[in-house]
Amino acid sequence: MSATEHFAAQVRASARAGADVAWLNQTREQALASFEQMGLPTTRNEHWKYTAIKPIEKKAFAAVVGHVGIDDIQPFLFEGLDADRMVFVNGAYHHGLSRIASEGVRIASLAAVLADDAATVEPYLGKIADPRASGFAALNTAGLVDGAFVHVERNQAAARPLLLLFVASGNDAFAQPRNLIVADEGGSVSVIEHYVTLGQGAHFTNAVTEISVAANAEVRHYKVQQESDKAFHIATLQADQARNGRLHSYQVSLGGAIARNDVNTRLNGEGAEAEMNGLYLVDGRQHMDFHTNIEHVVPHCISRENYRGVLDGRGRGVFNGKVHVYENAVKTDSDMSNKNLLLSSNAEIDTKPELEIYNDDVKCAHGATIGQLDEVHMFYLRSRGIDPVAARSLLVFAFANEVLQTLPLEAVRTTLEKTLIARLPKADHLDELVQ
Amino acid sequence: MLSIKDLRASVEGKEILKGINLEINPGEVHAIMGPNGSGKSTLSHVLSGRDGYEVTGGSVTYNGGDLFELEAHERARAGVFLAFQYPVEIPGVNNMYFLKAAVNAKREQQGLEEMDSMEFLTLVREKMGLLKMKPDFLHRNVNEGFSGGEKKRNEILQMAMLEPNLCLLDETDSGLDIDALQIVAEGVNALRSPERSFVVVTHYQRLLDYIVPDFVHVLAHGRIVKSGGRELALELEEKGYGWIEEQAA
Repeated sequence: MSATEHFAAQVRASARAGADVAWLNQTREQALASFEQMGLPTTRNEHWKYTAIKPIEKKAFAAVVGHVGIDDIQPFLFEGLDADRMVFVNGAYHHGLSRIASEGVRIASLAAVLADDAATVEPYLGKIADPRASGFAALNTAGLVDGAFVHVERNQAAARPLLLLFVASGNDAFAQPRNLIVADEGGSVSVIEHYVTLGQGAHFTNAVTEISVAANAEVRHYKVQQESDKAFHIATLQADQARNGRLHSYQVSLGGAIARNDVNTRLNGEGAEAEMNGLYLVDGRQHMDFHTNIEHVVPHCISRENYRGVLDGRGRGVFNGKVHVYENAVKTDSDMSNKNLLLSSNAEIDTKPELEIYNDDVKCAHGATIGQLDEVHMFYLRSRGIDPVAARSLLVFAFANEVLQTLPLEAVRTTLEKTLIARLPKADHLDELVQ
Repeated sequence: MLSIKDLRASVEGKEILKGINLEINPGEVHAIMGPNGSGKSTLSHVLSGRDGYEVTGGSVTYNGGDLFELEAHERARAGVFLAFQYPVEIPGVNNMYFLKAAVNAKREQQGLEEMDSMEFLTLVREKMGLLKMKPDFLHRNVNEGFSGGEKKRNEILQMAMLEPNLCLLDETDSGLDIDALQIVAEGVNALRSPERSFVVVTHYQRLLDYIVPDFVHVLAHGRIVKSGGRELALELEEKGYGWIEEQAA
């Protein structure tokens, strides 16, 4: 059986277990047809040129029932974070571990919404993220069953952030979370997607999140991926933003053998603003790939993008940041930066800012750098008595922390800063910099 | 304290220091003057252990030991301090953390406990007061967005906190207006003591009006070509470096 056949069989089985709704069945069937036609991407595809997903094809990933208790998830809740939470085990919603107060916001599992009230999500689901964008997006849509649904109504603000904890448990587990975040006009909500592995197993996560930001609405989306270094993680985030809608996307990628994130937004209404910040820490033989795409469809929109990578060991990183400015999108204001720190001579990064601009009346800046630790910085620290290992850790922390410092949720920020410090040698004292 | 004998050093195969001899005793202030390219900055970098300089001959003895046996951070912990001509900006690290890390690195070397936060704050605020530095300065990132004067004051603050035995001041006057120069010089003078020695590297005599040296040495083409007292600096101010370079050639 080919990998395409294997995965097609998997999603057929899971789709049968999902809600039976005519429009959804059609969406799934069309996606499955797309998947069977496209298969999983190969490096011949320009968007997957640097990321070979062969290892994913070699394993028989399948639905696995996981057993997870409250003690297992405690370390992943971001100490001090006052949030609603939904827990998913191998992709399935776990009611017992979740805590939802839903003040100012509707929070439910997508499976429950599809069973009772599918019409609510029909205008969005499968319509924001194009199932044909890649074999993985098609595969997720073909097997669409469960995930989180978040809906904040007109001029409402969610009282608390929502933590979505995706736990993988057991070897060779295959999970396909599908999340939908809808902010109506003037609504605001913060959502944190956190992907973790219990144990050190190999598993495969293929996630899709769709976000609708209506006029004057604001969505803060955090994505923290720290699955095991044997895991395969593929994820797409696609947002649509209406007039004066604001999206803040914070991506932090720490785990996985192969981790690929597509982070995309369309600025469909004038005055919309997108902020996209990201940090990837790559070590060992990890491979991390970020593809971002900001589409300036209409005039007078703003986008700010700042991605940083630290690459060590034999790690490999890919960053492709696309900004697409449409012909009529005059007065576009866009700034993209990608900086990479190479700590080892065996580490590698491919970075490509990709600007497609179809009018002249725009302000678009971009920059990408690849460098090693600055010798002058190192000498300055050493000349003050700081030993070279501690000096190196200090500079790596400072470099990476410039992204983490942009995260508004303090509990998420400080937890990640401490996680970063714990990865660095002779860095205990850096805790003092975490406030 | 410091004994430099026939020191020779190269950068990328080019010999910059061509046999320096200098004896510095505790409590003395030595000014090193010279035209651009004479090797002044190279001397302070070689003494503080910066990479990229190859010592090709001679010796430097510091407190009875071979200075070159020590790595840059070990020299710092042993009491050698370099005040940079161009202090380095370190985004993402605040001054307080940086100062504390430096102070505690030295204390660890001396077998002392780490300084606790209260003790550290009291001490650093006192020193900052002497240098007329604003309190918010501790929470700003190291040298980031500092004016020229603030950067140099920050160097002297570090010096005051680390209490070194041998202070190397590399063109500390460059980029300073007269007010900042006075503040910096006062900070340095407050640190003068019978145990502490200074090497003040400068192009201009102006700084030496404020930090009065015991000895003045003129460096040209990698060698000390003339030594004297303070009056030598005044003579250089009046006549320039031309006549010295002619003598040396």
